[in-house]
Amino acid sequence: MTLKTRIIPCLDVKDGRVVKGVKFVDLVDAGDPVEAAKAYDAAGADELCFLDITASHEARGTLLDVVTRTAEACFMPLTVGGGVRKVEDIRALLLAGADKVAINTAAVTNRPFVKEAAEKFGDQCIVVAIDAKQVTPGRWEIFTHGGRNATGIDAIAFAREVVSLGAGELLVTSMDRDGTKSGYDIGLTQRIADAVSVPVIASGGVGDLDDLVAGVRDGHASAVLAASIFHFGTYSIPQAKAHMAAAGLAMRLD
Amino acid sequence: MSQTVTIVDYGSGNLHSAAKAFERAANEAGIAATIRVTSDPAEVRAADRIVLPGVGAFADCRRGLDAVSGMVEALEETVRGKGRPFLGICVGMQLMASRGLEYVTTEGLNWIAGDVALIRPQDDSLKIPHMGWNTLHPQDEHPLLAGIETGPSGWHAYFVHSYALTAAKPEEVLALTDYGGPVTAIVARDNIAGTQFHPEKSQKLGLKLIGNFLRWAP
Repeated sequence: MTLKTRIIPCLDVKDGRVVKGVKFVDLVDAGDPVEAAKAYDAAGADELCFLDITASHEARGTLLDVVTRTAEACFMPLTVGGGVRKVEDIRALLLAGADKVAINTAAVTNRPFVKEAAEKFGDQCIVVAIDAKQVTPGRWEIFTHGGRNATGIDAIAFAREVVSLGAGELLVTSMDRDGTKSGYDIGLTQRIADAVSVPVIASGGVGDLDDLVAGVRDGHASAVLAASIFHFGTYSIPQAKAHMAAAGLAMRLD
Repeated sequence: MSQTVTIVDYGSGNLHSAAKAFERAANEAGIAATIRVTSDPAEVRAADRIVLPGVGAFADCRRGLDAVSGMVEALEETVRGKGRPFLGICVGMQLMASRGLEYVTTEGLNWIAGDVALIRPQDDSLKIPHMGWNTLHPQDEHPLLAGIETGPSGWHAYFVHSYALTAAKPEEVLALTDYGGPVTAIVARDNIAGTQFHPEKSQKLGLKLIGNFLRWAP
């Protein structure tokens, strides 16, 4: 087994600017996603994720510009999500330089869209972003609109379904843990990772480097996503890699 | 004298980032190169080097290539006829094979004898697609690999694919990677080469390999 566990920093982008802040010491403009992307590229991040939380439709053009400039500056895979509802949205993002596109709400409300997208662009570039909350012990349900709307859909069954429709990867976020720094929801991650044949990215709740290890070792994730621990400089990407390697995980250290 | 590198646009692949990676690699290697993305067969005929990218399904990509009038003929003439250096990337590399067996059987360009079929790792806990960073295991020496650290702890290349090319002639496999068994990572013969991984997304290794391709004089 020589495939390496991926570390994916995630930037929330609104109207073309990073929100929640990125506090690298050496950034010229901490609000510019391209500057942040370059810093992560130099630090050895394995992939990068942009989640566009822009509310207005007009600002999509700004996002496309950001994706274009990032793809010009970084030679690592870039996943972009947020507001992806139509084939044209995916095409525009891929043409701008995204390598993968994450579909969230539209995968819940319009299941055939996942199939259409996978058939058109290939499974490998369609990521389905699953936001789930635990409702009773051992049961997680899908929530949409940033965790505000309950759907009553079982998360594990949903994961299996979207993979059968062609999702090439799942980004699994625990809405219970997101922002808490109490660690990934290992039960949720592991149940989904074991239920599907495609890679799973663990997301939501990372507080320290042991949480990253647990996401892979116990959660069976293929990749770990984190935002604030990296943005605020609590830990660097090389520190995270060294820690995970020391715990026995296969990491890319070049 | 500046050379012209043509990236073939047939509606597949991340042409923008591929073009930027080639520009950056040329810059870093101190090579004067004009990178052009084109769907014009005449530009392919005039190019010093040709790159065929590709993402998605084999059959779709083949259809896309056929849909560009005169492109396959221009590639045959320029690459196979005139011997201009050629690099296929991901599905662009797979299209060099005899056949693709993804969903339906589709004819490839038949430049590398072999079939493209679903990866079946011996360890069935391994996920498909094979997605992420993996190392290269060269089977031979080659100018494309000059200065690249390979082997179990070598530099990494970024792979994302569910299907892989199994070459009929082992001597045309330049490098393997390991994913529950050997997976073809680079094929090469004469003036043609192809990478299953994405050099344009493979940071240090990718830029170095692209630089080597721009210098390659087969």
